[in-house]
Amino acid sequence: MRTQPIMAALFAASVIGFGLAGAVKADSDITVLAGTCYNCHGTEGRSPGSIPSIAGQPYAVLLAQLQAFKAGEARNATVMSRLATGYTDEELEALARYFSEQ
Amino acid sequence: MITRRKILKSLGATALAVPALSMPLVARAQGAAGRVVVVGGGFGGATAAKYIKRRNPDIAVTLVEANSRFYTCPFSNLYLGGLRDFESIGHSYDELTGDYGVELVTGWAQDVDGDAHTLTLASGDVLEYDKLVLSPGIDIRWGAIEGYDEAAAELVPHAWKAGPQTRLLREQLEAMEDGGTFILSAPDNPFRCPPGPYERVSLIANYFKTNKPNSKIIILDAKDNFSKQGLFQAGWEALYGDMIEWVSLSNDGRVVRVDAEAREVETEFGVIHKADVLNVVPPQKAGAIADAAGVTNEGGWAPVDPVTFESRLVPDIHVIGDASVAAPMPKSGFSANAQGKVAAAAIVAAFAGEEPSEPSWANTCYSLIGPEYGISVANVYKVVDGEVVVADGGGVSPADADAEFRRREAVYAEGWYDAIANDTWGTVA
Repeated sequence: MRTQPIMAALFAASVIGFGLAGAVKADSDITVLAGTCYNCHGTEGRSPGSIPSIAGQPYAVLLAQLQAFKAGEARNATVMSRLATGYTDEELEALARYFSEQ
Repeated sequence: MITRRKILKSLGATALAVPALSMPLVARAQGAAGRVVVVGGGFGGATAAKYIKRRNPDIAVTLVEANSRFYTCPFSNLYLGGLRDFESIGHSYDELTGDYGVELVTGWAQDVDGDAHTLTLASGDVLEYDKLVLSPGIDIRWGAIEGYDEAAAELVPHAWKAGPQTRLLREQLEAMEDGGTFILSAPDNPFRCPPGPYERVSLIANYFKTNKPNSKIIILDAKDNFSKQGLFQAGWEALYGDMIEWVSLSNDGRVVRVDAEAREVETEFGVIHKADVLNVVPPQKAGAIADAAGVTNEGGWAPVDPVTFESRLVPDIHVIGDASVAAPMPKSGFSANAQGKVAAAAIVAAFAGEEPSEPSWANTCYSLIGPEYGISVANVYKVVDGEVVVADGGGVSPADADAEFRRREAVYAEGWYDAIANDTWGTVA
C-alpha cells in the first residue's frame, strides 16, 4: 500500500511549507518580474490601448530605452523614468530579453 | 475547457509525483494537480484565477463571486463626473470561464474552516480547497462614524464599492441645483484607493464647472495630508479656481457624526456642515470573509507573507488586494492585480513542490484632475528581510510639468485602464 508514505509526505510538506514562508528559489522566474509590466503594457507586453506595446521589440531597443529611462535621459518620459530606477541593471536586461521574445 | 479526460490524464501523470500538497487525499483525487478556490472576482481574485490557469491548466480553479458582472472603483469617478457610461466600467467573467476553464460559482462566501480546508457559501454549499485565495476587497466599518450605517448609506452614499451606490451618487449630483454644496468626508489611512477621494472631487468639479458653475465642493478630511496632495491642489487651482475647499484634520476636518436625513455632518469640534449632496467615504476593513476565515489582525486587515501572500495566521489561505496588509503598497486595483500574479505563481510552485520565486511589483496610480489633466504616482516594490519595501526612485509626477505632460498622463490613464481590464478580465475596450 502506498497510502502511508504519501500521508507522511503530505504531513511533512504541509509543516515545512508553512514554516519556510519567506524562502525563495535562487533562480527567479522572469514571468513573475514581468507580470507587473502587463498592467499597463498589456498581457505579455501586447497593449490593447494607448500605452506602447513592448512585445517583440528588438532586445537592444528595449534595453536602450529602459537604460535611458533609468538614467533620466529618455525623451517624453512620464512614469517610466520613475519606475526604471527601481530595477537593477540585470533585471532590466532580463525584462528586455523576455519582452523581446514575446 | 478542462475535460474530465484531461483531468484524469493529468492526475495519472502527476498526482503521485508531486509531494508538496497539504490536503486530504480525497480532495486531491478530485482536483487533478490541485484545487484552488478564489473568493472575489475583482482585480486581485480574477487575476489570481487566470494566472493560476495560465501557469498550470491542470489545477482546478473555482471562482466564487457574488455578482455576475464586476464594476470597478477605478474609473468610477469618470462615471460620477459624466465622462463615461456605467457599463464601460463593467466586466464579465466570460474569458475566465470560456478561455481558461475557471469554474464560476455565483454566490456569497460565508465561512471558512481552515483546518478542514472548506469554504461554505450562504446557500449552504461547501467547497473543498487545497489552497484558498481571498480577494474580498473592503467592507465598510458601519457605525465607526455615528449615524452612518447601512440604512444611512441609502440616503448618503459611500460609493466606495462600485455598483448601485455609485449610481445613487451620480443621480444625486445630477439632481442637485446649481449653487449647491457637495461635501465629501474622507477617511484616515489605511483605506482603499488613497488618491480616490481627491480624484472624485476633481471630476465632480469638472462636471459642476460646465453644468452647475456656482456650486461648491468641500472635502472634510480625517488626515493632515493625502496622496499626490501638492499636485492635486495645484491642479484644482488651475482648473477650478476656488471651487474646491479642503479642510484638514488639524482644521477640524474629521467627521464624527452623520445625519443622513438632513444631509448634515458634524466634525470633531462640533461644527455642523450642511450639504446638498453628501458623500461619506467611511473607515474600512477587510471584506467579511477574511474575518470569518480568521486571517485578520486587530486592525481588521490580513497580514501576509509578502513572498507568497499566504496568510501569516492560517496556512493555505492567501489574501490579496485591499484586504491584505501589503504597505507600503497602496490598496489599489493595480496592486491587487500584481499581488494576484505573485500569489498565483507561488501557489503553482507549491503544488509542484518548488520554492516561490522572488516577487516584485510595480504600482502606478493615475488620477485625473480633469479630462486632459492626469497625474500619477509610480513605485517599484520588493521584499527585503520579509517586508515589502519601496525600491529606489519612484514618486509622483513632476510639479513643474507642462500641459502636454499632464495631457499625456491623462491619455496613459485611459491606456492603463484598457490594459489592466484586458489583463484581469479579458475585456476588450
